[in-house]
Amino acid sequence: MIEHDQGATLMKGNEALAEAAIRAGLQGYFGYPITPQSEILEYLTAQPKGRAGVVLQAESELAAINMVFGASGAGARVMTSSSSPGISLMQEGLSYMASAQLPCLVVNVNRGGPGLGTIQPSQGDYFQATKGGGHGDYRLIVLAPSSVQEMADFVFEAFRLAEEYRNPAMILADGALGQMMEKVILPREGSLPYPPKPWATTGKPASRERNIITSLFIQPEKMEQVNLELQEKYRRLQKEVRFEAFQVEDAEILLVAFGLAARIAQKALELAREQGIRAGLLRPITLYPFPTAAIANLVPNVESLLVVEMNAGQMVEDVRLAVNGQRPVSFKGRMGGMIPTPEEVLESIVQIAERTHTEQVERS
Amino acid sequence: MDKSHEVIIAGFGGQGVLSMGQIIAYAAMIEGKEVSWMPSYGPEMRGGTANCIVIVSPGRISSPIISRFDSAITLNQPSLDKFEHAIKPGGFLLYEISTVITPPTRKDLDILAINAMDEALKLQKKQVANMILLGAFLERRPIIRPENVMSALKKVLPARHHHTLPLNEQALQIGRAFASQSEVAASFQP
Repeated sequence: MIEHDQGATLMKGNEALAEAAIRAGLQGYFGYPITPQSEILEYLTAQPKGRAGVVLQAESELAAINMVFGASGAGARVMTSSSSPGISLMQEGLSYMASAQLPCLVVNVNRGGPGLGTIQPSQGDYFQATKGGGHGDYRLIVLAPSSVQEMADFVFEAFRLAEEYRNPAMILADGALGQMMEKVILPREGSLPYPPKPWATTGKPASRERNIITSLFIQPEKMEQVNLELQEKYRRLQKEVRFEAFQVEDAEILLVAFGLAARIAQKALELAREQGIRAGLLRPITLYPFPTAAIANLVPNVESLLVVEMNAGQMVEDVRLAVNGQRPVSFKGRMGGMIPTPEEVLESIVQIAERTHTEQVERS
Repeated sequence: MDKSHEVIIAGFGGQGVLSMGQIIAYAAMIEGKEVSWMPSYGPEMRGGTANCIVIVSPGRISSPIISRFDSAITLNQPSLDKFEHAIKPGGFLLYEISTVITPPTRKDLDILAINAMDEALKLQKKQVANMILLGAFLERRPIIRPENVMSALKKVLPARHHHTLPLNEQALQIGRAFASQSEVAASFQP
């Protein structure tokens, strides 16, 4: 449980995240500016000296992630943040850190792509975030906030999980969540304890063997052993799965959406209920581990599913794996920085409801 | 207030559009309501319609990005053209008239035009035109209490500008007085 301050304040998502990082005991931030997340670096550099630990604008994203790598190896609580093209540049470093089993927080304030793309909000980096992103068999722990409050809270959650599992954690937000202002009750400063890190390279005392941090295991037998350890860790990680369900009890159409798209889907759900269509919503909070079982458990009670994303259809693949062919799974998305409107999503819901109804009539 | 209110405020960059939205959002937060403030930050800011969507609600806000609004406040012609037709029937359109060539045409809206630039120049401070508009808006749509507007302004306005607080309060009053003296248009058929 995250402890909170008294009293609300109004903040941009990016600023709330940066303030939460300081309150979580941030010891180092290394990053490079890119819209729509530059406020994170700006906020941290505007702090009194030392309050946010070491805050450094690196010469590139590649340099930034390798600074995170080094500082994490030395046992510090560290983070970086960027947006889509910048996150792509960090993939090599993230693969190395996953292999070396080092904790860190990476924030991706997703913008529209591919390529240099647009600065508008997108969820086009779902695959990159949840399937590894760099080379080799590894996963990031991925949290998807859908409000400014969660932009703050998930910093605590991400650091805790990253350090407990010795694995990089990512907060996958989007440009809208970064730029919008909402009421936020900030987590309490200093309420996230520093766990012991006996593996850190902090100088070798005579009393123990030396610690080695590396991602190079040249003998395949050793490399396989490391992979087995990683896979065992990802299995243990499954118990950290988190999701939120709205009005699923009587739902005939189950919407599945994360982040900002989940809020749009929720508005569409309200509009659908006004028309007498029983829609429900499942919002994955952790994108890895993915709430496969939670979705599978709801499948027998619903007629149909609709996945809503700000991309061409990425999470829908994981939903289809969970549904395993038992029900039709439809998709509604916009791409390239465009955001589906609640009315557009409602239209898809109405179409599905009509189709389901026709099929029921034909069957009977 | 038992219902949520969704307003879009749009104009050129520099007209104080984003600040107006922040003042409403802060004041609503002071009153314990749920709020969201969603700014445009993309290429449209270079094309004449910087805008922000503010939602004030007694309960949890689902989507912070919407395409139909209860009210719109526009400060230039491109914004008026773009958002006149995004207002729900029976909604409220407040527009700054000094640069408008083509006025709005909808008959199903409560429409109020105000020359906030002229009024602001009378105060010898064109920067307070947005506060005149805000005063007029809140007179017609009292979604937040007047006493909280000034508390909110103190939060939004950088401390180095706090000496202009009395002028801003005066601008708010001018807007209020204008709106309270203006009849709802006879052509308005909700």
